Amino acid sequence: MPKPKGAVIIDTERCKGCDLCVVACPTDCLELQKKEVNNRGYRFAHVIAPENCIGCASCALVCPDACIEVFKVMI
Amino acid sequence: MDIQDIIKPENKVYSSPRLLNDSTMHYCPGCSHGVVHKLVAEVIDEMGLEHNAIGIAPVGCAVFAYKYIDVDWIEAAHGRAPALATAAKRLNPDRLVFTYQGDGDFAAIGTAESIHAANRGENIAIIFINNGIYGMTGGQMAPTTLEGMKTATTPYGRNVELNGYPLDITKLLAQLDGTCYVTRQSVHKPAAVRQAKKAIRRAFENSVNRRGCSVVEILGTCSSGWKMTPHQSNLWMEEHMKEKYPVGDLKNIEE
Ligand SMILES: Cc1ncc(C[n+]2csc(CCOP(=O)(O)OP(=O)(O)O)c2C)c(N)n1
Ligand code: SF4
Ligand code: SF4
Ligand code: SF4
Repeated sequence: MPKPKGAVIIDTERCKGCDLCVVACPTDCLELQKKEVNNRGYRFAHVIAPENCIGCASCALVCPDACIEVFKVMI
Repeated sequence: MDIQDIIKPENKVYSSPRLLNDSTMHYCPGCSHGVVHKLVAEVIDEMGLEHNAIGIAPVGCAVFAYKYIDVDWIEAAHGRAPALATAAKRLNPDRLVFTYQGDGDFAAIGTAESIHAANRGENIAIIFINNGIYGMTGGQMAPTTLEGMKTATTPYGRNVELNGYPLDITKLLAQLDGTCYVTRQSVHKPAAVRQAKKAIRRAFENSVNRRGCSVVEILGTCSSGWKMTPHQSNLWMEEHMKEKYPVGDLKNIEE
């Protein structure tokens, strides 16, 4: 059975650190920065477990600021 | 497999909607307006209506919608978007004409315009964001505010004896002969976002095909006004708003 493997790119300067993508991700790939902030002062989202990503786009669908691009392959 | 082998144009499954332009939206972190803007931009693009869509922007937090979605827009006075949409659609009968309005705009100051445009069966689509509050002006009570809900003007919670009952205007509009499609959706979860997009698409098709007035209410959150985090707001919305404002189709004359 082919399995989905995904990757995301987050526009960290556009991100407002709302945390909704982190909550939406079913495989716990994402987290907000603990200390670092972007130019607007937001603790932006970043990928902590890229190997978990299945390319489901849940994070991107709920992101109010359209910060996330999603890629997916079947392997 | 290397990440770089996945990140290739042919493997892209989601990106920022083409018609959403680069200017950062002024909304607070986690605001539902952003999610709904993305859906409006995607649907217009998918329908090929980039040059044949006219949006009517409200007064409220979405007042700058015209700055974010790259189609033609007209800015209405507070609550008067359905009246402007009426004119725009009658003068441009082949175009998609939609309004984008908050609950203060649509269900308070604009009540007369909202009801009469719907009752006249104007061939417009109304996107109505119900966050139960006046977001832009600092979180005052709106007609849609739930019983017991704390706002800037009801610090002890909405008291029906003093403030009246929450207004389910969407249910009211479903009873009018002029509406063809009336639905309530939310955008707090990936599955809900997908459903809401289908509803917006149907409403936009109804406008283009002149089937009558469509109303798509979307239960939103206002974390600044509600004084919660965006995630807490979503949970609160799910627990409390859906009880008074159940999600689903209220009317669809196609079915
Ligand atoms: C004629 C007029 N009256 C009052 C106002 C003040 N005002 C601006 S936005 C707003 C309410 C907006 O609330 P809502 O439509 O729910 O939108 P939200 O900001 O929550 O998205 C009010 C009362 C105004 N701008 N114009
Ligand atoms: S695409 Fe799916 S699995 Fe990957 S980060 Fe986003 S939500 Fe998580
Ligand atoms: S949902 Fe979007 S804006 Fe919010 S933290 Fe994630 S990437 Fe940033
Ligand atoms: S005040 Fe509320 S409705 Fe307005 S942008 Fe902020 S969260 Fe959104």
